[in-house]
Amino acid sequence: MRNLILGLALTSIFVAAALISFLWTPFDVTKLDIPNKLQAPGGAHLFGTDQFGRDIFSMIMVGARTSIAVAIVAVGIGMVIGVPLGLAAAARRNSWLDEFIMRGNDLIFAFPSLVIAIMITAVYGASAFNAIVAIGIFNIPVFARVSRSAALSLWQRDYILSARVAGKGAVRISAEHILPNITNLLIVQGTIQFSLGILAEAALSYVGLGAQPPLPSWGRMLAESQTLVSLAPHLALFPGFAIVLTVLGLNLAGDGLRDLLDPKLRVART
Amino acid sequence: MLRFTLLRLRSLILALIVASLVIFAMIELVPGDPASFMLGINAREDTINALREELGLNQPMIQRYFSWITGMLTGDFGTSYTYRTPVAEIVVERLWVSLPLALYALTLTILIAFPAGIWAASRRGSLTDLSVMGATQLGIAVPNFWFAMLAVLIFAITWRIFPSGGFPGWDEGFWTAMHALTLPAVALALPQASILTRIMRSSLLDTLSEDYIRTARAKGLTRGQALRRHALRNALIPVLTIIGLQFSFLLAGAIIIENVFFLPGLGRLVFQAISQRDLIMVESVVMLLVFAVIVVNFLVELTYGLVDPQLRRAR
Amino acid sequence: MSLLEINNLSLGIHGVPILKGVSFAIAEGEIHGLIGESGSGKSMTAFAAMQLLPNGAACSGEITLNGRNVLTASETELCQIRGNDVGMVFQEPMTALNPVQTIGQQVAETILIHEPGTSARAARTRAEEALRRAELPPERFPLSRYPFELSGGQKQRVVIAMAIALRPKLLIADEPTTALDVTTQAQILTLLKRLAREDGMGMLLITHDLAVVSDMADHITIMRRGEVMEAAPTKQLFAELKHPYTQALFEASTHQPDREAQDETTPLLKVVNVIRDYPLPRKTLFAPQEQFRALKGVSFDLYRGESLGLVGESGCGKSTLTRAILGLDPITSGKIELDGASVQTGEHAVRRKMQVVFQDPYGSFNPRHKVARLVAEPFHLAETSPSGAARDTAVAEALISVGLAPEDAQKYIHEFSGGQRQRIAIARALILKPDLILLDEAVSALDVSIRAQILDLLAELSDQFNLSYLFISHDLSVVRSITDRVLVMQAGEIVEQGNTETVFTAPQHPYTRSLIAAAPRLPKGPAHAA
Repeated sequence: MRNLILGLALTSIFVAAALISFLWTPFDVTKLDIPNKLQAPGGAHLFGTDQFGRDIFSMIMVGARTSIAVAIVAVGIGMVIGVPLGLAAAARRNSWLDEFIMRGNDLIFAFPSLVIAIMITAVYGASAFNAIVAIGIFNIPVFARVSRSAALSLWQRDYILSARVAGKGAVRISAEHILPNITNLLIVQGTIQFSLGILAEAALSYVGLGAQPPLPSWGRMLAESQTLVSLAPHLALFPGFAIVLTVLGLNLAGDGLRDLLDPKLRVART
Repeated sequence: MLRFTLLRLRSLILALIVASLVIFAMIELVPGDPASFMLGINAREDTINALREELGLNQPMIQRYFSWITGMLTGDFGTSYTYRTPVAEIVVERLWVSLPLALYALTLTILIAFPAGIWAASRRGSLTDLSVMGATQLGIAVPNFWFAMLAVLIFAITWRIFPSGGFPGWDEGFWTAMHALTLPAVALALPQASILTRIMRSSLLDTLSEDYIRTARAKGLTRGQALRRHALRNALIPVLTIIGLQFSFLLAGAIIIENVFFLPGLGRLVFQAISQRDLIMVESVVMLLVFAVIVVNFLVELTYGLVDPQLRRAR
Repeated sequence: MSLLEINNLSLGIHGVPILKGVSFAIAEGEIHGLIGESGSGKSMTAFAAMQLLPNGAACSGEITLNGRNVLTASETELCQIRGNDVGMVFQEPMTALNPVQTIGQQVAETILIHEPGTSARAARTRAEEALRRAELPPERFPLSRYPFELSGGQKQRVVIAMAIALRPKLLIADEPTTALDVTTQAQILTLLKRLAREDGMGMLLITHDLAVVSDMADHITIMRRGEVMEAAPTKQLFAELKHPYTQALFEASTHQPDREAQDETTPLLKVVNVIRDYPLPRKTLFAPQEQFRALKGVSFDLYRGESLGLVGESGCGKSTLTRAILGLDPITSGKIELDGASVQTGEHAVRRKMQVVFQDPYGSFNPRHKVARLVAEPFHLAETSPSGAARDTAVAEALISVGLAPEDAQKYIHEFSGGQRQRIAIARALILKPDLILLDEAVSALDVSIRAQILDLLAELSDQFNLSYLFISHDLSVVRSITDRVLVMQAGEIVEQGNTETVFTAPQHPYTRSLIAAAPRLPKGPAHAA
């Protein structure tokens, strides 16, 4: 319970920062202010300024927007495609369809995700959209696998047999009886994939393949700080803390939700 | 066991065939054709045609696929367009960095995760357990490249006890080389060790609640004896699976860490090949990495047989 | 001095009281039956004696074992007592053994733990001896076997061998045969009794089944909701049935619902020469796939208004047959007709004449739906599914006919007890006014007192709605009390069928005879109770 509250509190701070940044930020993140470059934290600039004099605090607020948006859409892609696949595989277990879906899953897992993500963004151009697609593809097998294994155990229940005796087909049973009973699990897995998505977006931006300038992103802020880190450590500290706290918040919330909803839930963390 | 091995082997080969088709298709699908993609928009038509000739793009697709595969099977990975040397040579050279780095990081991961996971599980709910779990939460949340930057700042720039990057090569002596790999290995191992600790703990807690643990306790075993003699081996299967995944991840996923530390490894090679649009290199190295993942998973599944007698005895 | 003396034992788990002042004693060499329905605290009493309690449990009172107070003993002392002075046998043999160790290792471990100086060879020899005493001769079951290579009954023998390897003074057996088939149960009970008598070992036999202890125990203690109701020597207990709860328990166990006998001969369900094959996993990569024949040409008729029993042990093909009749699984050959139409087509017109009630009252309902929606689910099969008020009325009628209130329709399933859930399952089966209801172990998971009520309800409903039942069960006494005719199934075949009373009093087939002989029987009660 403590985990859940702490996690939700941390997460909502960053979600709030992202939302507020649409309306207001302390400073304009697109405007360069070279005379005020590399200011230390404190004073007018709470977290200091970067090498172009931009306000770090404002950049972190806008960066939250990028990170959260990319991660949410990537989780959405994984769920919308993965869950139906998993449900279908469970409904027709041991059939060629199940075999096909699960083998496909294994295959995606076998590809080095970061390498493929880099390849996709490099070939089709670096952009937030391509980063979303690259991260989202690797969420599909996660959700397919989790929903299949949860659905398989539900298919063994007598209430599914009752529904079959009542003449209901696989699609209807999946929608009426299976899906509502695995939503808890999907929510918990969703928060974990969400946090992994934020880490992945940061990594892609760090190598310059995520959101493009002038849109600030946490990963790129870290990359830009690298050469200056011994000179102005605050450049590397604040975006790093932002990532750590968001991911930590989501993970704590996920664990807390799991304990609250069902302590026996099995969640894959890879 | 033989039947089991043969069955796994069959799916291994199938997976490799499908994976090669997917990679081949991915390269074919790049905008334009591979030759014009590699040379970029400013290339002259005759240069592109020359490269097309060199790559054999004028041949039918099926023929190109088979010559790529047969080439790989005989150790011919093609010639890199940017380096103008055989891909195989470059890969072998880079493997001498990536493989030791992955093994180093994996060793650290296991050395941290096993004791920490067992310790936390055997003291469930205690302060020890809570602190271990808290530490792993943090370990998972820290991006490894950020941790690497901070480690460089502290250990290389401020205290100067580790080099800030680069790799002197194995010719400089084993310890010098290992010294250079230490910070990258720690940065790689940190999140992996956190994940593995959690898996170890939860898998052990699952087996500790099994009926046969109660049976063992009724025989007069202490809590610790029941854990060591009965729970540990049964808890190992999910842990082995994750270790397999982690090894392959460490081999290929070190791209970013290799970039932070300027290590001439495989990950950096792929990254550079992608940015230089060297599709021949990309195609072959990605296939090699996928091959490694599939083979490692195959080996992990074989070790299940050592743990689980039912698989071993299967007729 | 008593071997085990429990004095005023109270126990709470996280503050919830489980046991309230339990006292009883077991003399050396005595077999003591501890009886109770679920929630009576009988197993928790045993775990308290071993001090193998779940987290958050706190005991008060006194448990003296062999002169030592276990409640004040240190963990080290307790480890010396467990396995050495007391052995324990558990309910679920399938999971009680470590799957990755051989049975030899696991039996020898009891010896090596308590006598660390023993050589590996000596421990092996003594493990062999213990297994031999548990009737698993090493010639047929070498020590190198793994648990997965044994049947449920054989695994239970390994657990027993582990428990008796050091010839403890006391053996605690917690529902040791509940998970086993009736013939295996009889063998295990005989074995336990023999071991206790041979070694002069005391035994605490915990069970929910009065019949199981009636011809084993010297002394019986009856518990209910954490308290001891009655304790008496076995003969005296059955002769007097002094305590009202004991009497109620006895009557429920021998309950005979009132129902009108049927003598109609119009077949409702016709099962003709049904064969069902399952493919087995391939032995080698290229060998042809082999088949397992689960049903080997099953034929029978079920008459309109009749209650037909189907008995058999696990793996005999009962479930396969049930699913085939319901049209859920295909059959390899033969035909199954309900009222003249094949059930295999899955047509709603056929299916709505037949409903089912399953065993598990907890797994039979989607926890996210309200009772109204659960009960109305079979309307999916109806030609015109009623809606609005008509639907509500139908649901209310169904609930009333099973003894529940119409308001219950607005509740969720977790608000009901096991017995009430089984009533809801029956209401769901009734809502389409079917001709036939399949009762698949429908009362097996219920406590005897609840079971008696549900059997009465079923009898009443069959008279009221002219229902036919196919009553599938492993429990012979239940089948005997509620069916007109019975089928006995063994290894995919019906080996005997006929009038229930005739089959039970004069069984013809050797298998039927062995089943009936193995079933535990209650002694006759006192004259006034009969």
